[in-house]
Amino acid sequence: MRPHPHWVDYSVIGIYFTFVLGIGFVLKKYMKTSTDFFLSGRSIPAWITGLAFLSANLGAQEVIGMGASGAKYGIATSHFYWVGAIPAMVFVGIFMMPFYYGSRARSVPEYLKLRFDEKTRGLNAISFAVMTVFSSGVSMYAMGKLLQLLLGWNFNAAIIVSALIVLAYTFLGGLTSAIYNEVLQFFLIVIGFIPLVFLGLKDVGGWDGLKTRIGNDAMVHSWKYLGSPSANPMGVEWFGMLMGLGFVLSFGYWCTDFLVVQRAMAADSMTSARRTPLIAAFPKMLFPFLVILPGMIAGVVSAESMGGSISGDVSANVPASAGAASVAQPAASGGISLEGGKGIIPPKLDESGKPLIKDGKTVLDYDLATPMMLVRYFPSGLLGLGLCALMASFMSGMAGNTTAFNSVWTYDIYQGYINKSASDQHYLWMGRAATVFGLTISVAAAYVAREFNNIMDVLQLVFAFVNAPLFATFLLGMFWKRATGNGAFCGLLGGTAAAAVHHGLTLPAGSGPGVKGGFLGLVVHRYPSEMAQNFWTAIFAWTTCFTVTILISLLTKPRPDAELKGLVYALTARPKDEGLSWYQKPAVLAVVVLTVLVVLNWVFW
Amino acid sequence: MGFDIRLPIGMMFSVFGVLVGGYGAATRGGEMYTRHSLGINVNLWWGIVMLMFGVGMLLLARRGSSAVRKAASRPAAESLKDRIVK
Repeated sequence: MRPHPHWVDYSVIGIYFTFVLGIGFVLKKYMKTSTDFFLSGRSIPAWITGLAFLSANLGAQEVIGMGASGAKYGIATSHFYWVGAIPAMVFVGIFMMPFYYGSRARSVPEYLKLRFDEKTRGLNAISFAVMTVFSSGVSMYAMGKLLQLLLGWNFNAAIIVSALIVLAYTFLGGLTSAIYNEVLQFFLIVIGFIPLVFLGLKDVGGWDGLKTRIGNDAMVHSWKYLGSPSANPMGVEWFGMLMGLGFVLSFGYWCTDFLVVQRAMAADSMTSARRTPLIAAFPKMLFPFLVILPGMIAGVVSAESMGGSISGDVSANVPASAGAASVAQPAASGGISLEGGKGIIPPKLDESGKPLIKDGKTVLDYDLATPMMLVRYFPSGLLGLGLCALMASFMSGMAGNTTAFNSVWTYDIYQGYINKSASDQHYLWMGRAATVFGLTISVAAAYVAREFNNIMDVLQLVFAFVNAPLFATFLLGMFWKRATGNGAFCGLLGGTAAAAVHHGLTLPAGSGPGVKGGFLGLVVHRYPSEMAQNFWTAIFAWTTCFTVTILISLLTKPRPDAELKGLVYALTARPKDEGLSWYQKPAVLAVVVLTVLVVLNWVFW
Repeated sequence: MGFDIRLPIGMMFSVFGVLVGGYGAATRGGEMYTRHSLGINVNLWWGIVMLMFGVGMLLLARRGSSAVRKAASRPAAESLKDRIVK
């Protein structure tokens, strides 16, 4: 469907961009030092850092990706939240923030330098910097592609305009600008998606109606069918999921990724920093309802009212629309044909514009599930709001990556290796410069993604290899004072190698050797699904890193206790939470979050 | 640092509320509501909700800034000490 946004829709989007830029302009005068620019002067209240913590992570991968997963796998997708995020968020808030914030490290790699040594910091800084800039590019590419497909907007224009907007506000207002805009984006996404869920559920008859229409019990339960991979659409069993996703991958991300940790570092006090991830956990728990449900609904809602294809305005939509799935003029009229799709999810198209068929079944373009829902249920007016929310999710991801990149570049790479003792104003200048060239590289990466889809897959894979062992390093660093720099460095390398080797020796069902695995010539094991393979790669990587770090640490000399004060559990005073009412204390928040979590898991068992 | 973030949030959603709600009021009974939102004038309803949210935020911001003024008058050294973990 090429819905024609109305002037109301464009106005909504225009107003949003005005506010986003306005915030940047107003904040410019407060950016006096590098601490102001990179860390907001460590002065932001907990509720703001909390929402920013959540929102920085809320890229399009989440809004679109979770909708796609919901359509494919059902409510079990909630595991990405209820198992894969919340426990890690609670852990980082209660146990790790004291070290991140207390050490006064200005970035995650800097913590590694303080705790371990320069080479560990360097490894983390360089891999993170590259990853984050390419992630931003992939985000841009996904957004450009989506807007082009959905609305016919020019791909280049979409990329350049969004990059310029993000550039403007991060250049002017630094991290504070990014944080303020992330909070704005959070409300926009929530307010934009609530009516969608409401209308969608109303249309299918509520949760019970949805269950009936889906017809597959495994899609509406999150744990019941995890006994064996063949019983659920994801192809995983509970142990692989719990350890791979729940432990390694999610803790690896939420506890070590500077993109989110940076928001907590900007908080105005230690207690605020600890509360940040906990405050974020509350809305995070409810997000499955906002982003997963639309995907699930998209697969079972009738395409009738869309006439089997989506085309322009009312007049073009009229002819024999009732159930006319035979109406199919995709490429010609520039719209999206739903023929061969499922519900309102269109089929994926091959180069010639025909539906892609694999193993006799039509391949669906699940990424379009949520956007199609917006187009289906939102009239002009609200449609502008919905599109705005979608763009906001892309842009908050981009801005988050940009601010993380410019900090790591300036403090860890530039100050660490290139120019160690320049003035603060010089580093502030460098931070702004890094914003510009970071975004430029991201834009280039977006075009690379467009040309060479496979290269991006390879890159994503490499990054997964690098991420998986990280949590082991931090865990040992923060809780075992005997861990040494050499141990950490070898552990990280070993873990990454283990991930690569595991991936090279295994394949998921139905795939051939290549990006999906098996590139080391021998296939030792076949996993029932890609997800299962990923979870086990993560488990192997983590375990290897953990073991190697311990072994090498025991063989090398540790630093004296005095140097590690404030960096390790055993050598740091327990944080005191004074001046807070009982319901604001981190421990209490944590208990509440975990209780609600258990209830949610139980309800959707 | 900077200004109260509830100000731009409140302003933006108030503007959205008026814009979308107003459009909803102007297109009451329109065919597009039957085609899309199950006959419900979501523009009008959700526009009202957004306006209430926006105004609520602005009121909180006004209340908040008076609290900030009180805090600023406390001796600076004391509040700094509270923030450092020994």
